[in-house]
Amino acid sequence: MRHATSVLALAATLGSAQAALAQTEIQFWHAFTGRLGDLVAEQVETFNNAQSDYVVTANYKGNYSETLNAGIAAFRAKEQPEILMVFEVGTATMMAAKGAIVPVYELMAQSNTDFDPDAFIGAVKGYYTDTDGNMLSMPFNSSTPVLWVNRDALETAGIDPDVDLTTWQQVGEVLDQLKAAGNTCPLTTAWQSWIQLENLSAYHNVPFASEENGFAGLDTVLELNGPLQVQHIQTLGDWAKDGKFVYTGRRNEGGANFRAGECALFTESSAGYAGIKSEAQFDFDVRPLPYWAGVEGAPQNTIIGGASLWVMAGHTPEQYKATAAFLNFLSSPEIQAKWHQDTGYLPITKAAGELTREQGFYAANPGTDVAVIQMTTKEPTANSKGIRLGSFDQIRTIIDEELEAVWTGDKTAQAALDNAAERGNQLLRRFEQANR
Amino acid sequence: MEKRVTFKGLWLPILLVLPQIVITAVFFFYPAGKAVWQSLFIPDPFGLSMQYVGLGNFEFLLSDPYYRASFVTTAVFSTLVTAVSMGVALYLAVLADRLIKGSGTYRTLLIWPYAVAPAVAGVLWLFMFNTRVGVVTWYLGQLGYDWNHVLNPREAMGLVVVASAWGRISYNFLFFLAGLQAIPRSVIEAAAIDGARFWTRFRTIVFPLLSPTTFFLLVVNIVYAFFETFGVIHTITSGGPQQATTILVYKVYSDGFIGQDLGSSAAQSVILLVLVSILTVIQFRYLERRVHY
Repeated sequence: MRHATSVLALAATLGSAQAALAQTEIQFWHAFTGRLGDLVAEQVETFNNAQSDYVVTANYKGNYSETLNAGIAAFRAKEQPEILMVFEVGTATMMAAKGAIVPVYELMAQSNTDFDPDAFIGAVKGYYTDTDGNMLSMPFNSSTPVLWVNRDALETAGIDPDVDLTTWQQVGEVLDQLKAAGNTCPLTTAWQSWIQLENLSAYHNVPFASEENGFAGLDTVLELNGPLQVQHIQTLGDWAKDGKFVYTGRRNEGGANFRAGECALFTESSAGYAGIKSEAQFDFDVRPLPYWAGVEGAPQNTIIGGASLWVMAGHTPEQYKATAAFLNFLSSPEIQAKWHQDTGYLPITKAAGELTREQGFYAANPGTDVAVIQMTTKEPTANSKGIRLGSFDQIRTIIDEELEAVWTGDKTAQAALDNAAERGNQLLRRFEQANR
Repeated sequence: MEKRVTFKGLWLPILLVLPQIVITAVFFFYPAGKAVWQSLFIPDPFGLSMQYVGLGNFEFLLSDPYYRASFVTTAVFSTLVTAVSMGVALYLAVLADRLIKGSGTYRTLLIWPYAVAPAVAGVLWLFMFNTRVGVVTWYLGQLGYDWNHVLNPREAMGLVVVASAWGRISYNFLFFLAGLQAIPRSVIEAAAIDGARFWTRFRTIVFPLLSPTTFFLLVVNIVYAFFETFGVIHTITSGGPQQATTILVYKVYSDGFIGQDLGSSAAQSVILLVLVSILTVIQFRYLERRVHY
């Protein structure tokens, strides 16, 4: 593949007499396979067919971590792509790599491309902007956690399927009833750190880490062992002991249990929509993520997960022009509205959300706008803008490990979260040192 | 007078050993040297800057209780993998050696698993023991045992040991069988005539005569358990739960490639290098003495 590219590049150089006719080729490395991969390929094809100046080549480079590694290794070998997809936890790593990236706002200014950062949803924009409000990477796929409900399971247990599940207190009562009715999996979760700690903190407007969750400086320390987080995790731990909360794994393994109809309630990304819709043989429902009643400021807004597109340094102005054109195309309302409706990811611009509403999608698919509403009803605060930590991928692993100790009953929530904070802080100090 | 074959001149011998030296230099000394050099720095992932920290990376590592625990995990893991894969292989080889009919088929079947790549073996075992859809998990559930290697550190360790040892049994089996067949029949028959039963013959004749093979396999299997089981661990547990299956090599990977902490990762490689050298020296100096050739 790379050989083919260099041969093409060579041919392009040799054929400079025909430069006026030559197309500018750019590389786009992403982490999507399966249905999402097809949808990305379709977007790229649409772009390539719509104009004749630029050609985008999309390449699948493995999962999120592998794609980031491929990008880093390629940069070291000076063979980096123009566009690299990086998941949200890699944001701090990319931001700190000043000489390796071209911030999107600079790219757009240099190539004279129209670009309005305010067109994006606040919580999406906030995650990828610096403290001066400049957008550093282009949001691509963003989702937020919601509560998925198996209505049939509730009915089987003799519970009204329309029961109010707005607060965790109410969820607790329903779990008691499910358990009493013999349900073996009343509640499960995907992405435990993201949903049960990161989003929990943002949703209740409490910090996850100091320095505005890491946005304001590399000297951030984890504050995920505050009273609210401890109480929430302890409650889940108690539920786990009683068989009311079932742990299925660190990623979204629980999705299989939920789609098979085993679990009644499931906290998972809004992007779980496509899979649940195609597989679930039962009546399901989307509700906003529950919050603890009585906590001041709750519910605030939830934060996003997913990936954004980073532009890498070391390319020609012509290639950057092509890059800017492609990124602009990706964030256009039509493309975004289609992406949102196909996948359950959020519409990253306000215009795409409005277009979706006009097309009647929300009316035809009730509940699909729950995530959008949950993200946009309040202006994000310093605690709910997002989280930006170095070595975040590893910190999440640490959190996973400590949470697992709570689910098995080996540790109390307080001990586990204290330990998670201490271990995570060590990594944050290493990261600070590496990027001084 | 001692007869020595010597080369005339200096260039021919140098030329003859050159390929070996070049290969060692390029694939061993250069990367190893680079790891030693890198272990003194904390670089950023993109290679844009480096902070000199002296022995800071080693200090950081050795003060980390999880890194120290990883030594114990590695010791337990390698011991179990080596013991299980060699024990089972020896047992099967002894049985195959006694077979008269059908030993060809039997042998071929036993050698098959060796052709399975570690990562694939990992996935196979993971499917059987999957906490939700695994066949074995289901049977264990019928027996009233709730298998969950995702949360239970002992079960996780057991599973990666079995998956790692499984593919290795074939390899060990081949060597043991060849070793057994090289033992002269006459020695065993003589012992049998003297009235030694199977177990006595095995203990006093077969096993000592097999010791060069056993020693070789011991070294090779420990190296295997240290370095080549990465694929199995990566696919089955990713080092979890709570780092219960994070062996040293896996930690080099996860700190270097997931954490992007290349300084710490390089320091771990250096420690690993030293550790393996020590281990090899011990094996050759102390164990080899007890081997009969």
